[in-house]
Amino acid sequence: MRFVDEFRDRKIAGDVAAEIARLADPGRHYRFMEVCGGHTHTIYKHGIEDYLPPNITLVHGPGCPVCVIPMGRVDDAMYIARQPGVMLTCFGDMMRVPGGDGSFLDASAAGADIRMVYSPLDALRLAQRNPGRHVVFMAIGFETTAPSTALTLLKAAADGVSNFSVFCNHVTIVPAIKAILDSPDLRLDGFLGPGHVSTVIGCRPYQFIASAFQKPVVVAGFEPLDVLESIRLLLKQLAEGRCEVENQYTRVVPWDGNPKALDVIRQTMELRPYFEWRGLGFISQSALKLREPFAAYDAEHIFRIPGVRVADPKACQCGEVLKGVLKPWECKVFGTACTPETPIGTCMVSSEGACAAYYNFGRFTRERLQEAVR
Amino acid sequence: MTARPELEQQVLDRIESFRRRKPTLREERITMAHGAGGKATHTLIEAVFLETFRNPLLEPLEDQAVFSVNGARLACTTDSFVVSPLFFPGGDIGDLAVNGTVNDLAVAGARPLYLTAGFILEEGFPTADLQRIASSMARDAAAVGVQIVTGDTKVVERGKADGCFINTSGIGVVERDIHLGAAAVRPGDAILVSGPIGDHGITIMLARGELDLVSDLTSDTAPLHALVSRVLDATTAVHAMRDATRGGVATILNEVAASADVSMVVDENAVPVRAEVRGACEILGIDPLYAACEGRLVAFVAGEAAEVALAAMKNDPLGREAAIVGTVRAESPGLVLLKTQFGGTRIVDMLVGDPLPRIC
Amino acid sequence: MCLAIPGQIEHLFPGTDLATADVSGVKRNINVGLVREEGIAPGDWVLIHVGFALSKVDEEEARANLEFLQGLGQAFTDEMAAIAEDPVAKQRGG
Repeated sequence: MRFVDEFRDRKIAGDVAAEIARLADPGRHYRFMEVCGGHTHTIYKHGIEDYLPPNITLVHGPGCPVCVIPMGRVDDAMYIARQPGVMLTCFGDMMRVPGGDGSFLDASAAGADIRMVYSPLDALRLAQRNPGRHVVFMAIGFETTAPSTALTLLKAAADGVSNFSVFCNHVTIVPAIKAILDSPDLRLDGFLGPGHVSTVIGCRPYQFIASAFQKPVVVAGFEPLDVLESIRLLLKQLAEGRCEVENQYTRVVPWDGNPKALDVIRQTMELRPYFEWRGLGFISQSALKLREPFAAYDAEHIFRIPGVRVADPKACQCGEVLKGVLKPWECKVFGTACTPETPIGTCMVSSEGACAAYYNFGRFTRERLQEAVR
Repeated sequence: MTARPELEQQVLDRIESFRRRKPTLREERITMAHGAGGKATHTLIEAVFLETFRNPLLEPLEDQAVFSVNGARLACTTDSFVVSPLFFPGGDIGDLAVNGTVNDLAVAGARPLYLTAGFILEEGFPTADLQRIASSMARDAAAVGVQIVTGDTKVVERGKADGCFINTSGIGVVERDIHLGAAAVRPGDAILVSGPIGDHGITIMLARGELDLVSDLTSDTAPLHALVSRVLDATTAVHAMRDATRGGVATILNEVAASADVSMVVDENAVPVRAEVRGACEILGIDPLYAACEGRLVAFVAGEAAEVALAAMKNDPLGREAAIVGTVRAESPGLVLLKTQFGGTRIVDMLVGDPLPRIC
Repeated sequence: MCLAIPGQIEHLFPGTDLATADVSGVKRNINVGLVREEGIAPGDWVLIHVGFALSKVDEEEARANLEFLQGLGQAFTDEMAAIAEDPVAKQRGG
């Protein structure tokens, strides 16, 4: 597969790993945070840590848009799904996220019409094909996905569709990174920036991390070679005493982002004054809602959602995992009470969740794993 | 790299013993996950059926049961087919029914003899479609040399069955002096796959039409009895075989690793996958190791006999792309590990949830 | 939801924002509204996310990236070879 297989090449991996080993100062322990859940997934799925020397730790960040949805919002979505005539559509990941009273999968088993879609346009098409139903699309994702929801809204308006609405849970990445940087518990040496978010917002928004917080940032692609190379670039910055925002994912990320994508977001959505993030609490200006001209497509206008704030279960430590304070296996309920089939928190459910990634792919210490494959 | 590897290992050990506990069914209602072939299915089977029906023949939870009657060793199996859509590129539900049942017998080393076919039909189902399905079954049965000797027909109200559900059972005779099964698998065994994986699961998913993906893929539904014969003729060192259906190759590896108390290491680069299957899987974020097959088997063969078994598979038209994909190990029993395309390592766990509902 | 995959544009539907993209032999109709303004034509590669093209893939950049990475290994090998040839360095244990 072009632009994929070349970036999964074992031999080149070995060479980049050798460079990393050469650049890493043996007297120092490096902690780099990969912000994006997609990177966490890649790291575990391809076994990238096997290529890193013992003094580099990858800290998993909060960039998993499913993981940061608070239970109360899941309950709101379920409320919508239970309204007569409603068909709720969502991405596959959302199906097993536990709300206060079960997941979408459970609600579906009990009779609610909840369907997985691959694209928001598929949800719009379902609305056009089912005029007797009201189709609600639960929109999740960072700035990567918001433009797609935006274009879908514009199309719905242009086509005059009247039985379609969006339950908007889009969040923005920069406030999450700021929350991490402001957190006193965390010592980090650099960041792997979110490659796909950056195709939309560009690389400039991360300047403050380098200038105000003095941490280097490398905007990284999602193939394993991209991740390894980005780690190499971070080490190189540190070795050379530089502190900048660099773009490793140049084949896809433009420095200034995608103006058209930003424009359609601006046309259809605006920032909420504040939004609750699971584990990170309330963050101001961190999430999007539909603008007033699109009220007819706003599920929060059409349905009187309960909007009840539901506290995470006492046992759940998703917040600390999302902030990178705890590694998944350090959570008290990891792997016992909280497993992918009996999840307590979102980190274990989403395909981009750190706990899911570690449980499904990495649930083995490096030494034992390498022994077993020798 | 963790700063406290011993502590991490302790946590992981605790999790391992937790995973080995007796499974309990917590859900009050059946969900689609229970039908996916993964963890939920296994918990359901063990907690409800194994617990309630418990007997020595059932315990191994193989694809079939083998027992002796008046000196003859017989194998019997049962299967149900609920695939949607009923007609798809490469075949239909009838093809799955005959080939799937034949395969469950073949992997025990049995010569398939007789099949039964029970139909649950939905009110309003076109009789022409039923005839098409029956014709497929007749054609496949003749090709294998089995007869469909008895059956049953029920009709349920509109909306209570997706057109047509089929249940089959199969009877075969084990004439060779072999005892295949997970219990026989041991460290040092080679793991073989008879061809590219995931063709059926991805074909069905695309055929559903909801994802708007189009390709030339067809289901790999096929009877494997002849391929199995070639392998068993070539070597007596085959320890176990399973046909990969829903849940894919990964599910078989996990089941056998758990049953046999061994671990497995698979080389991702060695596993045959068609380009289109990879493409669809990359688009949807699915791992081909979990995608269903309907005409592929996984064989566990003594290390020394691996090449001979592979050559035998490749001699069969259905096995031209067979490959040795991994080995069975003693260390860390229960674990299935993958050496990734990239050269790193990761675990391949039992499937959770249901990425591709109703593919068989 | 960062899952995005490179695909090649096969065909553009005139008068719309729709195109057919090919990923390893699997085809899907995608919306190219977000990359239209850069100019899009059959044969171009795009990054596809939830049915939309988010960005064009710069094939030159991709090639340059890979060549650089391949060069890393070569540079290392060359350096090792140079050290092997240099008796003084060998003496020093370099």
